[in-house]
Amino acid sequence: MISRRGFLGATAAAVSYGALPAMAQQQPIRVGMLTIKSGALAAGGRQMEDGFRLFLRERGDRVAGRPVEFIVADTGGQPALAKTRAQELVQRSGVQVVVGPVAAFEALAINDYLQEAEIPFLCCSAAAEDLTQRRLNPWFVRTSSTSAQPCHPLGDYVARELKYKKIVAIADDFAFGQEQTSGFQRTFEAAGGTLVKKLWAPLNVADYGSYISQIGEPDAVFAAFAGANGLRFLRQYSEYGLKGKIPLIGSMTTVDEGVLHSMGDEAIGIISAGWYSAALPGEANARFVDALRKQTGVDPGFYSEGAYSAGLALEAALKAVDGKIEDKQAFMNALRKVDIKDDPRGPWRLDAYGNPIENIYIRKTERRDGRLMNTVIKTYENVSQFWTYKPEAFLAAPVYSRSEPTRL
Amino acid sequence: MFWINGFLNSFAFGAILFLLAVGFSLIFGLMRVANLAHGALFMLGGYIATSAVGLGFAGAVLVAGAACAVFGGILERTLIRRLAGRELAQVLGTLGLAFIIADQCLLVWSGDPIAQPAPEALRGAVGFGGIVFPAYRLALVALALVAFVGIWALVERTTLGARIRAAVDDREMARAMGIPVSRLFTTVFCLGAGLAGIGGALAAPIMSVYPGLDSEMLPLALLVVILGGIGSLTGALAGSLVIGLVYTFGQMLLPDLAYVILFLPMVVVLAVRPQGFFGRQAA
Repeated sequence: MISRRGFLGATAAAVSYGALPAMAQQQPIRVGMLTIKSGALAAGGRQMEDGFRLFLRERGDRVAGRPVEFIVADTGGQPALAKTRAQELVQRSGVQVVVGPVAAFEALAINDYLQEAEIPFLCCSAAAEDLTQRRLNPWFVRTSSTSAQPCHPLGDYVARELKYKKIVAIADDFAFGQEQTSGFQRTFEAAGGTLVKKLWAPLNVADYGSYISQIGEPDAVFAAFAGANGLRFLRQYSEYGLKGKIPLIGSMTTVDEGVLHSMGDEAIGIISAGWYSAALPGEANARFVDALRKQTGVDPGFYSEGAYSAGLALEAALKAVDGKIEDKQAFMNALRKVDIKDDPRGPWRLDAYGNPIENIYIRKTERRDGRLMNTVIKTYENVSQFWTYKPEAFLAAPVYSRSEPTRL
Repeated sequence: MFWINGFLNSFAFGAILFLLAVGFSLIFGLMRVANLAHGALFMLGGYIATSAVGLGFAGAVLVAGAACAVFGGILERTLIRRLAGRELAQVLGTLGLAFIIADQCLLVWSGDPIAQPAPEALRGAVGFGGIVFPAYRLALVALALVAFVGIWALVERTTLGARIRAAVDDREMARAMGIPVSRLFTTVFCLGAGLAGIGGALAAPIMSVYPGLDSEMLPLALLVVILGGIGSLTGALAGSLVIGLVYTFGQMLLPDLAYVILFLPMVVVLAVRPQGFFGRQAA
C-alpha cells in the first residue's frame, strides 16, 4: 500500500512528465560564452564574441525552432577567474552549453569542472594539443584546431616546395608557441630540412632586438607568435634590416587578420598556414566577411571564425536532436557527429577525439584593394590533428614541448 | 659583432627605461609616493601619440607629453595629495588608478595593438662595419641623453631645481624656509607624468601600444629606481643602463633565466646598499 504523500508525488511526477516535452520547446536554450573583455587579450575576446553574435543575428536568435538566450562572462584572461565564471554560468545562469574561451590556459583551467558537471564544452579558440589528444573529456569538442595542426603541412610545404634547408625558429615561450614550433619541426625535418636553432621569447618580452641579433643566416625564419607579439616582432625584424634578406614563415596567428590590419609593409610576402583566411573564395565566406567588415571595419580572423563555426556546429547538433538539448547525451553524440558543409572556412567534421578534420591553407600575405590579406596559394584537404601519422603512434609520443619532437 | 649589437640593444632599451623611470624617481623622491599608475601614464602617452600622429611624429610626442602632464597635475590636486603620508592608501589608490586608466584606454582605443610608425627620416637600419642597427633606436639613445642633461640642468641649475632638491632632502625644513612645497608637488607630479607620456610616445615605434603594456613596464621602472636610488637623476640613468644590459644579455646568454636574472641585481643592491647606487641615506 502506498502512502497518500507518495501517491500525490507520483501523480504530480506523471503529470509534469507528460507536460515536459511541450514545455521544453518553449524554453530558451541557454548558451554561455567565456570571453575576455579586459586586459591584454581583450581584442581576441571581442572578435570571438563578434563571431558568435553574428551567427545568432543571422538566425534571428532562434536555433532549431527554439529561442537562444546568450550569456557572456568575462574571464579577464585569468585561469582562476575563468573557473569561477564557468561555475557561475553553469550553476547560476543554468547554461546548457559553454562556448569559448580565448586562451588555452583558461580552457585547461575549466575543463575538469565542465567534465564533472557534464556540460557540453564547445571550444572555439584554445588550441592546446592534449585537450583532444591525451587528456580527453567526453563533453569537449573543438572548432578551431590543435596548435600544430596547420604547422604540420606548413613544415612539409616549406621543405618540399620552397626547398629551404636550414631554418631558425622563434616563438612565444608558452605551450601554444612550443607546440606550433615542434609540429613544424617534425614535418620539416621529416621532409629533409633542419631546424638549426630555436629561440624562445618570453610572452611579455618588451623587445625582440636581442633575439633578432641571434638569428644568423638561415634560409628562412619560422615565427610563431600570438596576439600583439607578431606585430611587434615583424616591425622589429624589418627595422633590423632582415626583411627582404631572410624570408619569413609564419604560424596562423602570427599574421592573423585580427592583427593584420595594424601591420604595414613588414608583413608582405610572409608564407603562413591556417585553417582559415578572410581571402578564401566562396559565397559563405564572402557573406561572413562582409557582415563582420560592416560591423568592425576590418577582416575577421581566427577568433571570429572559430566562434562562428561553434555556432554552426551547435545548430547542426540541435537540429539532429530536434532542439532537445535537455537530453545531454544525445545532444553530445550529435555534436560529435556534425559534418559542416557551408562554413566560411570550407567543409569540416570532427575526428574521434573531437577535433576538426579540415582544410589547411598555405597563405601568402599580400596587399590587395589597399589592405593586407592572406591569399591562399595551396590547399591541403581534410587535414587531421595527426597529419599523416597513425593516431596511436602519435599519441604514444610525448606531447609537443620545447624539446625535440619524437620522430614518427 | 654579437657583443656590439648586444650593447647597442641594451642602450636603446635603457633609453626607454630611463624616460619611464626618471619621472617615477622624481615623484617618489620628492613626494614619497610610489606612483603605481606610472606605467599606465606611459601607456596612455603611447596611445595619445598614435592618435595624434597626424601632427607629425614630434608633434605627437609633445601632445602626448603635455596631455599626460595636465592629467598628472589634475590627479595630484584631486587625489594623490589626499593620500599624503598613508602608504597603504597610496599604493591602493594609485594601483586602482592604473586599472581605471588601462580600462579607459581599452574602451577608447579598443584592444587591438596599435603600431606607431617611426618618423620618416629614421626608418630602416644604419650599417657600419658589418653591424646593422635601426636608426630610430640610435636616435632614442641620443634623446634620452638630451633628456638627462635637460633634467639635470633643471634640477641643478635653476631655482625650481634647488627647491626640489631642498624638499627631497628635508621637506619640513624646506617648508619652514618658505618654499611652497604644495605647489612644488603639483609641478613635479606634472613633470613626472609628462615624462612618462613622452617616454610612452617615444617607445611606441619600437614596442607598439597594446593593453598590458602598462603592467609590463611598471616592474621595470621599480627595478630601475631601486637600483639607482630614489630621487636620484644619475641613479635613474645608471639603473636604466644596468637593467638594459642585464635584460638584453640575460636574454641572449641565458634565455631560460632572463627574468630571474633581471631581479638578481635588485636583491644584491637591497642587501648591500639598500639606498641604491646613488641614493642618499634617509634623513
